[in-house]
Amino acid sequence: MTIVKHRLFWPSVILVALLVVNIFTANQFITVRDGHLFGVLPDILRGSAPLLLVALGMTLVIATGGIDLSVGAVMAISGAVACLLIKDLSNQNSVGSVLLIMAIAIGASLVLGLWNGTLVAVVGIQPIIATLILMVAGRGVAQLVTDGQIINVQSSPYATIATGHFLAVPVAFLIAIAAVVLTVLLTRRTALGLLLESVGGSPTASRLAGIRSRRITIMVYVVSGGLAGLAGLIYSANIKSADSISAGNLIELDAILAVVIGGTALIGGRFSIAGTVIGAILIQALQVTVVAVGVPSKATLLFKAVIVVALCLSQSATFRQKVFGRFRPSRPAVPAEVPA
Amino acid sequence: MLKRLSVAMVGAVLLGSALAGCGGGDDSSSGSGSGSDDKIVLGFSQVGAESGWRTANTKSIQDSAKAAGIELKFADAQGKQENQISAIRSFITQKVDVIAFSPVVTSGWDAVLKEAKDANIPVILTDRSVDSQDTSLYVSFLGSDFVEEGKKAGQWLVDQYKGKTGTVNIVELQGTTGAAPAIDRQKGFADTIASDPNLKVVKSQTGDFTRAQGKTVMETFLQSTPKIDVLYAHNDDMGLGAIEAIEAAGKKPGTDIKIITVDAVKDGMTALSEGKINYIVECSPLLGPQLMDIVKQVKDGGTPEKRILTKETTFTQEQAKTELPNRQY
Repeated sequence: MTIVKHRLFWPSVILVALLVVNIFTANQFITVRDGHLFGVLPDILRGSAPLLLVALGMTLVIATGGIDLSVGAVMAISGAVACLLIKDLSNQNSVGSVLLIMAIAIGASLVLGLWNGTLVAVVGIQPIIATLILMVAGRGVAQLVTDGQIINVQSSPYATIATGHFLAVPVAFLIAIAAVVLTVLLTRRTALGLLLESVGGSPTASRLAGIRSRRITIMVYVVSGGLAGLAGLIYSANIKSADSISAGNLIELDAILAVVIGGTALIGGRFSIAGTVIGAILIQALQVTVVAVGVPSKATLLFKAVIVVALCLSQSATFRQKVFGRFRPSRPAVPAEVPA
Repeated sequence: MLKRLSVAMVGAVLLGSALAGCGGGDDSSSGSGSGSDDKIVLGFSQVGAESGWRTANTKSIQDSAKAAGIELKFADAQGKQENQISAIRSFITQKVDVIAFSPVVTSGWDAVLKEAKDANIPVILTDRSVDSQDTSLYVSFLGSDFVEEGKKAGQWLVDQYKGKTGTVNIVELQGTTGAAPAIDRQKGFADTIASDPNLKVVKSQTGDFTRAQGKTVMETFLQSTPKIDVLYAHNDDMGLGAIEAIEAAGKKPGTDIKIITVDAVKDGMTALSEGKINYIVECSPLLGPQLMDIVKQVKDGGTPEKRILTKETTFTQEQAKTELPNRQY
């Protein structure tokens, strides 16, 4: 009974259900070919990497009671910067140069995160407004960088971060999992997680208790920017080109959804990284399933909405009580008489 | 807190209107006004600069206006109808000779077009149409016929498999759900291949006209369909994304799976010449010269055809090799 009550029980059930559907629709669910994993499951894991990274950053931001709407725009800028620089390399297959360029793109994303953090923690603008500025302007910056065109690159080291394999596992997924593990270690093995939740609970009380809440707030936006930048690199490496118009478009909403599915409260003060991981993979699995079972394009959004609504209802204790409560042996309707 | 929020909101609104203001007006390149009789003045309101296709479209109009000796007042609506309406109003106030525009959306143009008609300024639609019941509000609509594009794609396929037996499994990557090019390209294609019962669309799903979605959806098509013979993508970009997915699955695009796309942008033509795509139906943005001809015709008192098709062709792999060096976009 306790496992059913765990807040990740229902998201896990739906994730498993979606994967089971794919076992039946797919030619290969998971198999080994050319020395690496191949099939629907590796596709889902690989495809979920950008969302997973973005949602991970979003989890930390939301834990402090904030929100970061600019992640999609940061993805677009990071991919645009990287592809623009790689295109001008004399040898696009030089691993050193590509790594340096990726570091530059992530550096730029960290600066954008710092901008968000400063607006929120130092200037004191509401997070939703502060990050909205970069959400709108950032995509414009990305289009300026690429001159409104799609920039193609032919760099195999760059493509590796999205489509390569290491020890038979997709590199993109390994990058995402490495980021998750690092974040878990930093937040759960040190006091950092406690500090984040404390700032999310009450910034003022945290400050009075001696926590540098301003510094913590800036930090989460910087981390979110950096992770979004990394996601942007994987996104653009996947299609070997920088598409500044559609890269990361509306991913902020998917990321927030993944975080919420994972049981992190939007008001801050509590977060679950494991939940976010399940949420992000679930969203990707849902997208793949929609295509695999052949839901018509016109009904796709409705189909997704129905699943998400079902999921949210299943997570609501009140709803479960109302619907399933009647099937359980009901408690006595009238409280036991208390002697007067 | 509330005060802080409201200050921020006001700031955001001001920022938004300032940005909108940049694109709303005309570029005020002319100091002479539009009274001069020797030169035709054309006011053109563009949708925005959302794609390489659109950028090429803008450049074609600007270049051909210069070549035709027509004074062009160009306004970029940045994807917003209100910017476009205010640009058209400003053209009317300036008494330009002809107004041309690519409508951002199809509906809501009657009032402003009526104003233009009352001011005796002829209006030409380019690339996209409007849904006004009163067709006298504009003199002509110049643009591609998306149904025709779908038919051309379908016809090539029918010719390829003429006289052959055995089912041909087709998967389709649609454009953005609800967009006119997506609806019409699907319809034209479906109508044409209906003539051959062997040709079957087994999966059809939107790829949102983008490379990333094209790739993701194609990955799943490959995983969930036993045998795919042909891919029909509503634009080059989705096709290019799908090529990545096909190669990753260990198949040869263009050989194992035949690919047909629409648009013929440079990247698509490159893939076609490399044999990764089999056939591209052109959807040309270079309608500038045709537009200038219509403008001159209207100015001389002529009445052009109500519906004029953009001059467009189709490309096979051989033709792509010849055409590729000349592609501007």
